[in-house]
Amino acid sequence: MSKLNTYEDAVAAYEPVLGLETHIELDTRTKMFCGCSTTFGGEPNTQVCPVCLALPGALPVANRAAIEATIKIGLALNCSIAEWTRFARKNYFYPDMPKNFQTTQYEEPLCEEGYVDVTVDGKPYRVEIERVHLEEDTGKTLHVGGATGRIHGATESLVDYNRAGIPLVEIVTKPVPGTGALAPEVARAYVTELRDIVRSLGVSDVRMEQGSMRCDVNLSLNKPGAEWGTRTETKNVNSLRSVERAVRHEVRRQSALLDEGIKIIQETRHFQEGTGETSPGRSKEEATDYRYFPEPDLAVMEPSREWVEELRASLPEPPRQRRERLQAEWSLADKEMQSVVNADAVELIESTIAAGAASSSAVKWWLGELSRRANEAGEELGALQITPAQVAELQGMVDDGRLNDKLARQVIDGVLVGEGSPAEVAQKRGLEVVSDTGALEAAVDEAIAANPAVADKIRGGAHAAAGVLIGAVMKATKGQADAGSVRQIILDKLAG
Amino acid sequence: MSDRIIDQTAAELSAGIREGRYTSVEVTTAFLDRIDAIDGTVKAFLHVDREGALATAAEVDADIAAGKETFALAGVPIAIKDVVVTKGMPTTAASKILEGWIPPYDATIVERIKTARMPILGKTNMDEFAMGSSTEYSAYGKTLNPWDTGRIPGGSGGGSAAAVAAKMAPLAIGTDTGGSIRQPGAVTGTFGAKPTYGSNSRYGLIAFSSSLDTPGPVARNALDAALLHEAISGHDPRDSTAIDAPVPPVVAAARAGATGDLSGVKLGVVKEFKEGSDAAEPGVIAAYEAAVEQLVKLGAEIVEVSCPSFAYALPTYYLIAPSEASSNLARYDGVRYGLRAGDDGKHSLEEVMSLTREAGFGPEVKRRIILGTYALSAGYVDAFYGKAQKVRTLIKQDFEQAFESVDAIISPTTPFVAFKFGERTGDPYQMYLADLYTIPSNLYGGPGVSVPVGLSEGMPVGLQVMGPVMGDDITYRVAAAFESTQDTLLADTAPEIEGK
Amino acid sequence: MSTISREEVAHLARLARLEVTDDELDAFAGQLDVILESMKTLAEVDTDGVQPTSQAVPLVNVFREDQPQPSLPRDAALAGGPDTFEDRFRVPRILDEEA
Ligand SMILES: [Mg+2]
Ligand SMILES: [Zn+2]
Repeated sequence: MSKLNTYEDAVAAYEPVLGLETHIELDTRTKMFCGCSTTFGGEPNTQVCPVCLALPGALPVANRAAIEATIKIGLALNCSIAEWTRFARKNYFYPDMPKNFQTTQYEEPLCEEGYVDVTVDGKPYRVEIERVHLEEDTGKTLHVGGATGRIHGATESLVDYNRAGIPLVEIVTKPVPGTGALAPEVARAYVTELRDIVRSLGVSDVRMEQGSMRCDVNLSLNKPGAEWGTRTETKNVNSLRSVERAVRHEVRRQSALLDEGIKIIQETRHFQEGTGETSPGRSKEEATDYRYFPEPDLAVMEPSREWVEELRASLPEPPRQRRERLQAEWSLADKEMQSVVNADAVELIESTIAAGAASSSAVKWWLGELSRRANEAGEELGALQITPAQVAELQGMVDDGRLNDKLARQVIDGVLVGEGSPAEVAQKRGLEVVSDTGALEAAVDEAIAANPAVADKIRGGAHAAAGVLIGAVMKATKGQADAGSVRQIILDKLAG
Repeated sequence: MSDRIIDQTAAELSAGIREGRYTSVEVTTAFLDRIDAIDGTVKAFLHVDREGALATAAEVDADIAAGKETFALAGVPIAIKDVVVTKGMPTTAASKILEGWIPPYDATIVERIKTARMPILGKTNMDEFAMGSSTEYSAYGKTLNPWDTGRIPGGSGGGSAAAVAAKMAPLAIGTDTGGSIRQPGAVTGTFGAKPTYGSNSRYGLIAFSSSLDTPGPVARNALDAALLHEAISGHDPRDSTAIDAPVPPVVAAARAGATGDLSGVKLGVVKEFKEGSDAAEPGVIAAYEAAVEQLVKLGAEIVEVSCPSFAYALPTYYLIAPSEASSNLARYDGVRYGLRAGDDGKHSLEEVMSLTREAGFGPEVKRRIILGTYALSAGYVDAFYGKAQKVRTLIKQDFEQAFESVDAIISPTTPFVAFKFGERTGDPYQMYLADLYTIPSNLYGGPGVSVPVGLSEGMPVGLQVMGPVMGDDITYRVAAAFESTQDTLLADTAPEIEGK
Repeated sequence: MSTISREEVAHLARLARLEVTDDELDAFAGQLDVILESMKTLAEVDTDGVQPTSQAVPLVNVFREDQPQPSLPRDAALAGGPDTFEDRFRVPRILDEEA
């Protein structure tokens, strides 16, 4: 176990320089170089053909839709699109890579020189994009015999090539200096923004938990004013939270080493989800030599300017611009909007409003009760088993006086476990507000009779004391009464 | 002309089958029997599919009997070099690493052969992964030259050439990366054509060097080759390097050439070929020059052209081809198909991969993989692979310029006649010289054919005719014109092979 | 002075995942040396400003449409595998982490 500095000490003494490399699987119908389906979760080795299994003699043909999607991503990231570009082979042996080379791009990426703007703690940061290129994904390896399913300790591995050859877009930032102590937050904000941009384009479902978006985090430290330090590359950081944690951990770990005068070695590290730490990859005896060369089996690409402009014209409103517009439409303060964004609730709220809820109600449900439920369950908000339409329906029932807040929360319980729509749950569980005035008046009479002293106080003008009687009535009606109506009945009965 | 079926050309067989003079089953049986009789001696085949071939033949016969329309070569049997993938039929590229592999798919050219309804006799021997010029590097033993069984049949496609030369098949498929169709053609007295790169699909061709590999026909004469050429050519959407353009009219060109008129045709001889021909044997040069005289008599004009970069073609080729090969052959790792060695529970995957490749690849393949790995490795890639790519551009430019002033370029196909077994295996560089004249057309991408023109020391000599990119027709025309000056095909003068 | 040493051949063999015997190392080093010497002649060619050729007949923008095609039947996909288990290709334990 390596020694760690506290984060505060680390960033007081050193300046971090960030770099992020993100891989995004495109959701084209077919793979990058063959016609196999890309559907997630198929039976092992059922979505393979001579091309993506690298059978002798098979040849690749590039998927036009993947090229278009990559150009769109490049444009959305403010990149320039190459006028001449091609694929290259990256040669290395690994069993999940059927050809033992990856078809990727080397010196001539499809898109270059862009940027993504993010705001952290009210401060703007521009993360510059070095390149966006297109390549192919690898198969999936299952490690058997080890305790944890990890490669270490495994006695054998099993390979499924369904994922091999799915188009993968690699997005590489330039080094990002100047973030200081906010490096972890800037890293997270960038990855979040990138995800939102790509999602808005509809070219990938960008689900980190499913692996359709994967992040490698580069980090180096230097003393203020000194040259940049040696960076480490932490692989496969697979949630937004992990991005932040990985940066934080590397800052703490590297600073402790530097304090002791130990040089950082340029190495690949692995993020451990359980501990939040990074661990070194197996050090290679020899430096990897990928022997890149232009892919002779594929034609070069010259995306025409007309094509690029057509794609540019098809881009949706950028998420950042859209957020600013929605914030104004929903009349939210900066901080509230930030909470909405942090909770990943923009689209949920937007859809809830579209389904008929007032913006204030939509924000209230998603940021309040539903966020709490998601936290408790350790899930993303969007993963909750309730749809924006159901939230709007729920709010409608509240507005109609059929549910009070407490009942509404109980209805949510039912919806989340799949009992049906809010109306169905309310009906099945008998959760409608008691609107039978006769029944309510009887309950109030009973409460007054049981609490003569309190009743007298109220008669004497101490209206606040009504709370005790309301509580008693609510208890008697099992909470299915509307508190406002009960209060009114009590005050009417005890008036004068 | 003999009445034996196996002595007929493919064109004659095709006509005979359609006109009812014989059935495809009779024809196919004749060749299968010939294989049974003499292939124990020649060893041209790695796999023979008697049943499959006869089944196709019977279907063709039924269709013809029913009056259905058939393709030009329907019912004419064919042999296929074992580097071409055939569904359900073993395909090894003559390597141990693919021993026992049964492909689940057909190469595009095999699909086209099946569409044309040509019975597939079997798969022919070759240098492992098409790396060689003598077929001595086959993991399954050498093929003998039917003209002299102490000599090599050329390579890498020695099996296809020997099968046609020994009349075990009227037609065969070869592949040509640096001369592997033309050089075996030359040394066995058969006709071989390397089409324009990209005009024949490479899909299903086990890759040696992607930017150079080209499949093409092996036959007894130009017309037969042209018929097969048209049957297999044309755009294939599964090959990104396939040219989407009409196939040059090679059959018409072969027929035009057969009239023996070359008036108005300008034939280039490359100054530097001559200057750099210390490697060429005098007998080869003499046979070649006699052929040139014949072409002049037919009206051709001989023009000297200069391709100053020719001297660099051989080293350029021997950097590009092994570099691409080192990457193309990385997939043979014992994981998805083929051989696996050393998997005894003690070795890691990395070790098993290395042991598999050690056990599965022969020395020439290893040599070229290492050479290619070197040429692509960091620190050397600019000086070797990168440099070779630039010199390739210069070679292309030289030939493009030459074709501005001539219609075709002629040369001997190979500097020497078939050499004796073992003569050049100890010195790879001496072996590489066999492809001296054939390599340029692979580098610039244009077509080249080899037509038998005579003998030296009793062994066949070939004339190479090269054309500009997509100018395949002129190469056939010139070759057919030369054939028209001969009383018999050279292939018909080969000594009779004794069966074992 | 030879172009390529025995050690270099050994390094290249490792890169190419080829287990080579000592005898092969010696033989290859000698043979590659001869070949590489001849290739060094390329150094004399002036290629300043010359574009590299990586394809014999260069084509541009060759794409396929995003239309699914049938995959191989699983049995056919797995049939060639030297060792398969539960519809996957089995391999011995892996030492290297993913590159
Ligand atoms: Mg990558
Ligand atoms: Zn596929």
